[in-house]
Amino acid sequence: MVNRLLTPNDDRLLRHRFWRRGNRPGNRISGGFRDGIVASLSTLAVLAVLIAGVTAAPGWSTFRKNFLSGFHFRRSFPKIVDGFWLNVRVFTIAFVLCLLLGLLVAVVRMIPGPAFFPFRFLAVVYTDVFRSVPSIVLIYLFGFGIPGLGLDRPWNNPILWGTAAIVLNSAAYVAEVFRSGIRSIHPSQMAAARSLGLSRRQALRHVVVPQAIRRVIPPLINDFIAVVQSTALLSTLGPLEGLRQAQNYTSYHFNFTAYLGATLLFLAVTIPLARLGDWLVARQEAR
Amino acid sequence: MTTTNFRRALLVVPAIALALASCSKDDASSTEAPTATEADTAGDSAAAVASSGVSAACASDKLALKNAGKLTIGTDSPAYGPWFSDDDPANGKGFESAVAFAVAETLGFSNENVSWIKVPFNSSFAPGKKDFDFDINQISITEERKAAVDFSDGYYDVNQAVVALKDSPAAAAKSVADLAKLKFGVQQGTTSLKFVTDVVKPGNEPFVYNTNNDAKAALASKQIDAIVLDLPTAFFVSAVEIEGSVLVGQFPSVGEGEQFGLLVEKGSPLTACLNEAIASLKSSGKLAAIQTEQLATATNTPLFG
Repeated sequence: MVNRLLTPNDDRLLRHRFWRRGNRPGNRISGGFRDGIVASLSTLAVLAVLIAGVTAAPGWSTFRKNFLSGFHFRRSFPKIVDGFWLNVRVFTIAFVLCLLLGLLVAVVRMIPGPAFFPFRFLAVVYTDVFRSVPSIVLIYLFGFGIPGLGLDRPWNNPILWGTAAIVLNSAAYVAEVFRSGIRSIHPSQMAAARSLGLSRRQALRHVVVPQAIRRVIPPLINDFIAVVQSTALLSTLGPLEGLRQAQNYTSYHFNFTAYLGATLLFLAVTIPLARLGDWLVARQEAR
Repeated sequence: MTTTNFRRALLVVPAIALALASCSKDDASSTEAPTATEADTAGDSAAAVASSGVSAACASDKLALKNAGKLTIGTDSPAYGPWFSDDDPANGKGFESAVAFAVAETLGFSNENVSWIKVPFNSSFAPGKKDFDFDINQISITEERKAAVDFSDGYYDVNQAVVALKDSPAAAAKSVADLAKLKFGVQQGTTSLKFVTDVVKPGNEPFVYNTNNDAKAALASKQIDAIVLDLPTAFFVSAVEIEGSVLVGQFPSVGEGEQFGLLVEKGSPLTACLNEAIASLKSSGKLAAIQTEQLATATNTPLFG
């Protein structure tokens, strides 16, 4: 039974414990020696069956030569790392810009009053349009279209406009995440802040938004991972980013192993990101 | 609790094994089934056409084909000029379409026994069974690529060339040193990228595009100064595709030079017969005639010093 008198913090703690344990009281994720043995054995059995199944396939040796060649991995990897440095720079900048733009759009969309109607309207149109257009189309439009208006170097740089397209696309998602985060904060918080004499803006800034941000960390991490992946789409505009370097290697040598290198680099970013999200949530729940 | 879970896991393991086993069986049977059923109708009409210029072992009814009685040829879509015409490889127009039909004819296939299928460049060399007997798609023969596929002997000697906008400084480039100052674009999957980085060695990293159309857009918006492509495509692009562009020059061939070859599945017995057919087309002068007819002549294109 969830007690109504529980403070929000205790409530969250209860939820946390409940989901960690699984739904049944006696079911622990890691408990005792015997459980450990059973878990290891079943993991080994599943792995063995998977490996045996895949390696028994008639094309396995060809597959291994074409997708998992150590020789081609070593030869292609340095160039892919060079290219991936561009992805790293792009997504780092894109993270910051999409957070700022997303928060701005979310807040603008929630400002009350008839005078602000045009701004709210623009914010709605922005999220609707930029969330719906496939990101590859946006990237083409921005990367080739805007420079085609007659801009000169360096302002026609495809990396610049491609990044802008990625930011506008993902900020639309981030704005919706922030908006739902802000709406999830109980109205009593706003009322309490106002009754203490804070203006609406101050209440948003110091009371509502900070709580909302903490609450939306997991979905934000999702959007960040999507940003990391979409940096690969910059290759359509020409720049030699990580995945394009892999593709070049593959089409010159007719060997797909280079894609494995690129994949590992993407994983090296996205998996720590996911863990960072988990850690932030855990830290917050521990408070 | 955990023991029930473990029992469930034990049930799942054989289920996965079964699923995997049936997957691989399905793959094997689906690739072999068509050849088995169509073998009965082998060579009815194909054998009627007299083969010329190849040994008896390479007659159309003796070949191991993907679809019995038919020569199945792959190329990418869209099929670009001057190698193909109107995006229709089966019309016999364009250099590669004409060469493919000439090879087919030499092996004894009438035109109606040639079928064309669309094969994206990347899947032409992907491991596994191929759906085509050979693929013709301006694919350069390299030692590295031979590890994954087989090539016929070359049917065309390729030179790389440079296209730029008429009014740009790049149009005045005379030497490799002039070119090294430029920002280049090339099409993904071509050997032009390797050529730019190994031979021209420009100060700026080249850009790589999915298609020549994208490279064209980048050239038009001045993101790049020039495009490197093979000479016949460069002729076509500068004359037909990019308004206001000019063929700046071509590079002399390096070493043994670069050649386009027909791409064949690794270990295919067909390669030897394709080589016989190409050799016959070369010695009869037919290949040179197709080249003169279908490709603009390169004689007036300046060489970079």
